[in-house]
Amino acid sequence: MAMHAVPFHWRRYKERYQLLGTKCENCGTMFFPVRKICPKCRREGKPSTVKLSGRGKVHSFTVIRTPPDGFEVFAPYVIGVIELDEGPKLTSQIVDCSLDEVNIGMPVEVCFRKLRTLGKDGIICYGFKFRPADNSWKPESEKRAQGS
Amino acid sequence: MSKLATNTKKRDVAIVGVGSTPIGEHWDKGLRELTWDASIAAVEDAKIRGKDLELIIVGNMSGGMFVGQEHVAALVADFLGLKPTPAVRVEAACASGGVALRQGYLAVASGLYDLVAVGGVEKMTDVQAGWATSILTGAMDFEWEAYFGTTFPGIYALMARRYMHQYGLTREKLAEVAVKNHYHGSSNPLAHFQNRIKVEDVLNSSLVADPLRLYDCSPISDGGACVILAPAEKAKQYTETPIIIEASTQASDTLSLFEREDICTLDATVEAAKQAYSRAKISPKDVDIIEVHDCFTIAEILALEDLGFCKKGEAAKFYEGEQTYVGGTLPVNTDGGLKASGHPVGATGIKQVIEIVKQLRGEAEGARQVKGAEIGLAQNVGGSGATVVVTILRRR
Amino acid sequence: MVGIVGYGVYVPKWRIKIEEIARMWGHDAEGVKKSLLIEEKSVPSLDEDTVTISVEAARNALKRAPEVNPKEIGAIYVGSESHPYVVKPTATIVAEAIDATPSLTAADMEFACKAATAGIQACIGLVKAGYIKYGMSIGADTAQAEPADALEYAASAGGAAYIIGSDNVLAEIEGTYSYTQDIPDFWRRDGSDYPKHGGRFTGDPAYFAQVVNCTKGLMQKLGTKPEDYDYVVFHEPNGKYPLRAAKILGFTTEKVLPGLIVTQLGNTYSGSSLIALATILDRAKVGDRILITSYGSGAGSDSFSLLVLDEIEPKRNLSPPVGYYLDRKEYIDYAMYTKFRGQLRGFTE
Repeated sequence: MAMHAVPFHWRRYKERYQLLGTKCENCGTMFFPVRKICPKCRREGKPSTVKLSGRGKVHSFTVIRTPPDGFEVFAPYVIGVIELDEGPKLTSQIVDCSLDEVNIGMPVEVCFRKLRTLGKDGIICYGFKFRPADNSWKPESEKRAQGS
Repeated sequence: MSKLATNTKKRDVAIVGVGSTPIGEHWDKGLRELTWDASIAAVEDAKIRGKDLELIIVGNMSGGMFVGQEHVAALVADFLGLKPTPAVRVEAACASGGVALRQGYLAVASGLYDLVAVGGVEKMTDVQAGWATSILTGAMDFEWEAYFGTTFPGIYALMARRYMHQYGLTREKLAEVAVKNHYHGSSNPLAHFQNRIKVEDVLNSSLVADPLRLYDCSPISDGGACVILAPAEKAKQYTETPIIIEASTQASDTLSLFEREDICTLDATVEAAKQAYSRAKISPKDVDIIEVHDCFTIAEILALEDLGFCKKGEAAKFYEGEQTYVGGTLPVNTDGGLKASGHPVGATGIKQVIEIVKQLRGEAEGARQVKGAEIGLAQNVGGSGATVVVTILRRR
Repeated sequence: MVGIVGYGVYVPKWRIKIEEIARMWGHDAEGVKKSLLIEEKSVPSLDEDTVTISVEAARNALKRAPEVNPKEIGAIYVGSESHPYVVKPTATIVAEAIDATPSLTAADMEFACKAATAGIQACIGLVKAGYIKYGMSIGADTAQAEPADALEYAASAGGAAYIIGSDNVLAEIEGTYSYTQDIPDFWRRDGSDYPKHGGRFTGDPAYFAQVVNCTKGLMQKLGTKPEDYDYVVFHEPNGKYPLRAAKILGFTTEKVLPGLIVTQLGNTYSGSSLIALATILDRAKVGDRILITSYGSGAGSDSFSLLVLDEIEPKRNLSPPVGYYLDRKEYIDYAMYTKFRGQLRGFTE
């Protein structure tokens, strides 16, 4: 498989570490993952790479109980479709909560986690996952904005 | 935007021969043997000699990952002893067979070829289940879905969960899809599973990707299937019952599920179906029997809606009573579908069409024959819907 | 002037209680809790390691220093004794994750539990010399401990990141002093799963000799006395050692207790003294003076005298305080602990 091809993994480091997407400066649509062309504007589009906020909510989710090769030790784990505040959706694991805590509409925030290793001698693949966006701590600015 | 709606083909295309293997775990058969079994049956059904074939098209998703063999079409042509007949492999994940059929249709409709064999074959059971699960993730967005540990049951579970949330579909109603398909499969001597099951069996089976359970999921199967295509005007040379391909359409959608407009709608099905009905000059109510791509039970529900048989969110109503059973108003997956008859990936699209051919010819075994079936529709899906092929067949 | 421009911590959510570990080995849980002054410890999830903890802490530090453009961070050092790679730095992964690449120097450091304070000293040097605008040092660990050993009750997971610079400083580093000797009190050989230690030898000749002498050395160098400090922070291998060190040095208990988080957290090794320092920064008033002495086996200590400045007020609440992470917890049993710590034979990620 493509698994031990280190350049293959490295190529997406920035995108997977920093949660990068594309904004079409022409129509304003945001895409994930990064695109070279805006499917709506075609040549008139102006795609530019942007850092996504990492905040969103759960659009759907499932619990993987029959994992693919390399993910056995992590099972069972939650996979969700997350709708980011900026608009685009993505697929990611949802962690730091029990399996039955996840629900559609639950607010989540991005975190940085180990995705898998390529065997005990292989490289370690890192990237984004999502965890419940905790409601008990907010930066002062958000609290003030919410009037709490 | 396709000009297919307005471009006209040179001539109509007919299916003049069919052949397929039993579907299941064939420890003693590899790609070669599965190909041979399906091809010889089709060639004999069309009463032709292999040497008469002018072109071979093979649907196969992943010979390389399962058994190390790429260049699968070359293997097929060679093992059938057909050098120098040209052979090409088509890959569109689980829609490989349907897309292959469409390529064969285009070849004959264009006027350039008079006798074409289109087959599909997949050998999946040599590897263990975890590895098969991994190989199949090649059909989704590998870098942005599979990379995080998503599996195919997971992808369809995401659709199922959202659908249940939005439309109130119950777990029990969804289970009815599997119950029906097993019922049909019990009359199909080629089916992978021929046991009948009950709703409780589905609900008690182990969770695979919540809310989908073992009995919501089609199996890992070996199998091969083959059809012979000829121009309709020459079909009677080969068979008393040529089945005409009234429409063979295809559409694409985003590779990943998460980039879809609505994760519970396969826009590619909607688009391909629209073009197919237009080409065939029919509407859903004219269809007597349908084969849909029930890789997971939820897929059958979505297919009925996306193919235009009802509005989005309403397909559950077809599972009240026995409307979708043989004998009902809308028989669906009379061979057992992917769930019971099996899902040898590259062969599935061909297998679906063969079932419709048998039904339209009046040759379906046992109790599953739909009486007087004249028009059939097959929907073959690749991955989570990035490729969809819709085929409409008619007995003229 | 050089000092702390931003700080951030991260602690994984999972906890295991002393009672649960004691249950495995038939130990007297109450006795262990009394002797170590530890109630429970943090456990990293299967998908967490020193790299992921470092990234979270670094991101939190940047939140507290919103004026810092990551591209202006000229050095990143990560100190740990559980770097996931023995060869290939944690620091570069952090650098990529916070978008600090490519104009920076980076390296991983190892000095048991004090690697990150050595990293802070390196940053001080580079900043003061005018070579870099900002430097970041991170102390993070998913500490290993042999099952049934006393360390199993203490070795936990967590990390803290500090941004060092000259502008918008929230706590000035008034001075630093280090005390280093070669002492084999605690070590781990390449290829060994778990560290080994010298039992009671790790006390007076190791921890206390370095910590006490280093702290005295700093105060002598700066001409300060315990009364000049509002808080004192020591490396926390357990709850008793810092209290005793304070007593020996003449610091009152009230100055040590606020930072004594090992009771709820365990010993986060390279994160220990720096997370404890963050606990103080979370509550210190402008004008407060803090003394921090780290300790790393092998052995050595780094001491710093810090003066809290005005900038602490607008910056303090931009990122979760240590208290938030201490309260954010869920308990696991020993079976799940074994799985999370990769201790199932032949079955790790």
